[in-house]
Amino acid sequence: MNPVDISNVTVAYDRKPVLQEVTFNVPEGKLIGIVGPNGAGKSTLIKAILGLVPTASGTVRIYGKPYKAQRKLVGYVPQRGSVDWDFPTNALDVVLMGRYGHIGWFKRPGKKDTKIAMQALDKVGMKEYADRQISQLSGGQQQRVFLARALAQDATVYFMDEPFVGVDAATEKAIIALLNELKAQGKTVLVVHHDLQTVKEYFDWTLLLNKRQVALGPTEEVFTIDNLQKTYGGRLAFLDQQVNQPFVQQ
Amino acid sequence: MSYGAWIILTGSLVGVSCGIVGCFLILRKMAMLADAISHTVLLGIVLAYLVSHSLEGIYMLVGAGIIGLLTAFLVQVLDTSGVQSDAAIGVVFTSLFALGVILLSAFAGKVHLDVNHALMGEITFIPWDTLTINGMDLGPSAVWMLGFVLILNLILIFFFYKEIKISSFDPAMATAIGIPVIFIHYLLMSMVSITTVASFDSVGAILVVAMLIVPGATAYLLTDRLIIMLCISAVIGVASAVGGYYAALAWNISISGSMASIAGLIFGLTFILSPKHGLLGKVLARRSISTQHS
Ligand SMILES: Nc1ncnc2c1ncn2[C@@H]1O[C@H](COP(=O)(O)OP(=O)(O)OP(=O)(O)O)[C@@H](O)[C@H]1O
Ligand SMILES: [Mg+2]
Repeated sequence: MNPVDISNVTVAYDRKPVLQEVTFNVPEGKLIGIVGPNGAGKSTLIKAILGLVPTASGTVRIYGKPYKAQRKLVGYVPQRGSVDWDFPTNALDVVLMGRYGHIGWFKRPGKKDTKIAMQALDKVGMKEYADRQISQLSGGQQQRVFLARALAQDATVYFMDEPFVGVDAATEKAIIALLNELKAQGKTVLVVHHDLQTVKEYFDWTLLLNKRQVALGPTEEVFTIDNLQKTYGGRLAFLDQQVNQPFVQQ
Repeated sequence: MSYGAWIILTGSLVGVSCGIVGCFLILRKMAMLADAISHTVLLGIVLAYLVSHSLEGIYMLVGAGIIGLLTAFLVQVLDTSGVQSDAAIGVVFTSLFALGVILLSAFAGKVHLDVNHALMGEITFIPWDTLTINGMDLGPSAVWMLGFVLILNLILIFFFYKEIKISSFDPAMATAIGIPVIFIHYLLMSMVSITTVASFDSVGAILVVAMLIVPGATAYLLTDRLIIMLCISAVIGVASAVGGYYAALAWNISISGSMASIAGLIFGLTFILSPKHGLLGKVLARRSISTQHS
């Protein structure tokens, strides 16, 4: 069964459609890049899958069942700017929130949850920062805390919205190694990604999106100049046609 | 218990309840909504009286709870249908409050509440309005009502602590993992409503806002942990009540006004002196950096 199976999903904010008839399904155990210009609806797609914005039509299936029945299988890394980092809490506490979905009503995170959360912090290299108030972390460290929280969710399918924004090159490589580790465990990871230069290096599959779905498939097949032009329109310039490394003009 | 002790106890209960509930309002950036609810519950009180013909605390709590929820609901509806959120709050707040004032003045003869009392509160009379069951004098009924509301608030926060926390910090994540964020929102709004009503008699509609917002805002400057913020806020609430009472005695001024002023004073001092976020802390930090460089 496919980890993510979406058919005919349309999403509109105030009647203005931002996603139209998106239909795709992805195979298990792949690292999948979601690529498209600003406002293409990448975040909206993830939110629609997770039931955070209503869909005007279409169906979403996670391993064959509606999302609501599969919450525990799904991990989520929101865009970093979506929360207030001045909230009075520390890194460990935020990562523990990844356990809340498993704990159930009226219960507190226990020793086991704390252990899982510490392991997750360790994995992203943030163990020493467990007690640090979250506003006193750098942007890249905050991003890693979010990643650790998703790891603590112990999910099978992960949705990550721009996890590389604000992280340095070394951290980015470390995160990619981590994602590959998840993949090796048979997990499926969908990542919204902006840097076209690294798409081929990072992702097995790529989803090209701009309100409609332009293409989905193995990266070497779909990540072509032709498809990129369809996705980005006139905003695409080519640094070097030969190595086929497209890059978006700012 | 002496007259003064009852007043201090009443004020302290107001301080603790408002202080704790207020923290969540600060964190969710809903101070304005609290302001609105603290006024619209007046309508709830009047309606509760007109329906039940009684001024018993329980009817007041139910009436206020319903109108408080209605306020939160109408604001939400206007907000999601495109009205700016501060305008939405303003419209709902003034309309419902005006309705409350009209009803109150129309039935003023029958309701022992008067507008002035509702707005300003009158903690001075609290000790005489006692609860008697089978001829036994059990102390001021306001104390019973406030105690009941405080315990209810504590129970709700205890049981829904992690749900309230995550839906305040990251509502999207909370929704994604199946936490009923909307339910938690209305739960908090109900807590604000009943806390307001219970505190109403003592400090009045206007000053209850001070007690809801100021201790929480102060505690926010002093700690990086939610649970400690709740404790500090409660302590500041009590300190304002006790300090306010003695200040009022000393200068023969309004007790509720002086309670709110003490809360404001504590906030001001914290704002200047807090080591973490205060002005002094910032100046010291800057100085230590510049001395390191020189
Ligand atoms: N809450 C909202 N209300 C109204 N319109 C919205 C809302 N959120 C997003 N939109 C609109 O929907 C479109 C898609 O937004 P979305 O955030 O999904 O884009 P994105 O692909 O994630 O962009 P980015 O690369 O900038 O993150 C945009 O045109 C945006 O203006
Ligand atoms: Mg986005």
